[in-house]
Amino acid sequence: MTARPGGGAEPREEAEVPGGGGAPASAALAAHLVVRRGGFVLDVRLRAAAGEVLALLGPNGAGKSTALRALAGLTAMADGQIVVDGRDLTTTPTERRPIGMVFQDYLLFEHMSALENVAFGPRARGVPKAEARARAAELLERVGLAAHARRRPRALSGGQAQRVALARALAVRPRLLLLDEPLAALDAHTRADVRSRLRRDLADFDGAAVIVTHDPLDAMVLADRVTVIEDGAVVQEGPPTEVARRPRTDYVARLVGLNLYRGTARGAVVEVAEAAARIEVAEPRSGEVFAAFPPRAVALFREPPVGTLRNVWRLRIDGIEPFGDHVRVHLADPDSGFALSADVTPAGLADLAPAVGAAVWAGVKATEVRCYPVG
Amino acid sequence: MRARAGSRAGVRVAAGRFPWLLAAPAVLGLAFLVAPLLGLLLRAPWSTFGTRLLMPEVREALVLSLVTATAATAVSLLLGVPLAWLLARTELPGRRVVRALVTVPLVIPPVVGGVALLMVLGRRGVLGQYAYDWFGYSLPFTTAAVVVAQVFVAMPFLVVSVEGALRAADRRYEDAAATLGATRGMIFRRVTLPMVAPGVAAGAVLCWARALGEFGATITFAGNFPGRTQTMPLAVYLAMQESPESAVVLSLVLLAVSLAILIGLRGHWSGAP
Repeated sequence: MTARPGGGAEPREEAEVPGGGGAPASAALAAHLVVRRGGFVLDVRLRAAAGEVLALLGPNGAGKSTALRALAGLTAMADGQIVVDGRDLTTTPTERRPIGMVFQDYLLFEHMSALENVAFGPRARGVPKAEARARAAELLERVGLAAHARRRPRALSGGQAQRVALARALAVRPRLLLLDEPLAALDAHTRADVRSRLRRDLADFDGAAVIVTHDPLDAMVLADRVTVIEDGAVVQEGPPTEVARRPRTDYVARLVGLNLYRGTARGAVVEVAEAAARIEVAEPRSGEVFAAFPPRAVALFREPPVGTLRNVWRLRIDGIEPFGDHVRVHLADPDSGFALSADVTPAGLADLAPAVGAAVWAGVKATEVRCYPVG
Repeated sequence: MRARAGSRAGVRVAAGRFPWLLAAPAVLGLAFLVAPLLGLLLRAPWSTFGTRLLMPEVREALVLSLVTATAATAVSLLLGVPLAWLLARTELPGRRVVRALVTVPLVIPPVVGGVALLMVLGRRGVLGQYAYDWFGYSLPFTTAAVVVAQVFVAMPFLVVSVEGALRAADRRYEDAAATLGATRGMIFRRVTLPMVAPGVAAGAVLCWARALGEFGATITFAGNFPGRTQTMPLAVYLAMQESPESAVVLSLVLLAVSLAILIGLRGHWSGAP
């Protein structure tokens, strides 16, 4: 109960955070989480400023939810430290942490009304009954559910239940808000709606928020910063646009729809590490680099293209699938192992008259290739 | 077996036919359960039913049975639910042994239970001697002894039922309550208990029914004193010695009360047909 008001600084934007270095006391959340379970080891450092939304992005089983549960104190840590608003919570039991949590399937108490669900937290923390109910009613009003206050969770739609769950988490006035896949249980239709509502609600929240998701769109829309976790470790972090523009692993590249290669740059040429292939880039570089280009930057030809294209590969078609309003073609060179995806229009594909297994020419302008250092 | 395997598809097609192989023993089993009850109805002395029913001994025994069975259920709830929680939710070292011990009263003959209770709580019993020496209190052959005997035989039903419900409950709701600041006690009262309420209710009904029918442990430990320890089952047995017609009347009353309560409660905790 000795909250030191140390987190006064509010770097709402562009918080200059040294990647995983020391932990300045100004962060609303500074955590080093180490969880061991069987052969799985989670070891991540998370930081978020007050008012900042941090997204944990990663594939299933990467340890995102485990990290969130560790922050909540629901999963025991083997090592590490959790500091929220300058207060060390590492050994504080869950019920005494200043947190609010929204669970993946909301976990609203079925035997209570929406109002009672929201009032539960304040009641548990010693707020008198009438005051707790008043606070709950006000929060439900704010999320636009005043009319549903007396309903049981079963009688609420998915989007409504999600908002009740958020109101319930906010009712305890947490300093750290934890959201575990808050949109995963919703159908695509309501999802966009609830997502933009959630964005507004998160913007109003003045503490640090951590949101676990495997959907890059959630991360882009909701988060100020993204931390990508794979296999229990942080593989990339930064503002969402930066992560999307410059992915550092195949997982992120696939998520944001980029062809990604790691290799060695010599001047304006990148020698791809895993395949005997070269990629020409616009600006000369040296050393270990990533080279990335979007599938729509790839043009396909039946004959060797003539002209200024600097990157041209002869590749075999591995697969063709519809992708939104265009067609995604997967291509590979069976000899060198070089592979890429290309997006073409259905009309363009018809001109090409390709078949799986057929060989075509793929070309990419050097100016379309983004090149950035690994280190 | 092998010859049939080839015609498996044929068997599938004929699946709509009535399965006589199972139906015959099933009908026999049902008859076996229902026939004795029908027998009671057929042999009931309907002409004198009313007068026999209104005899004070009958009323006394019935009231005593209802009161003691209800008290035994209350005690079982008070002690059994926490015990079930311990078994289901903690990693006590001797948990398996404890669970085995809890189920012992289910398998031993109730008379043996009565003897055991006497050995412990009787006037010369392991614990009972102190109660008698220090306070002059003797438990056996009192109404309280009836309740004790019933708790001994009936509580395991409740514990087993509640433990099952606790194991089946989604513990993440308890996690959610913890993140909201609820202590363990509050989580148990406001989240866990409501979640397992159907299991508790089912266990309580089983427990109550078992206590209502208790005979062996009661007659051994509490004796057979009309108005004090003579419950309905004991009254039925005694009546059987003197006038079987009265025994039939008492049996029907016990049957009617049990059925009424079971049917009345069933709708409350399960939608099962």
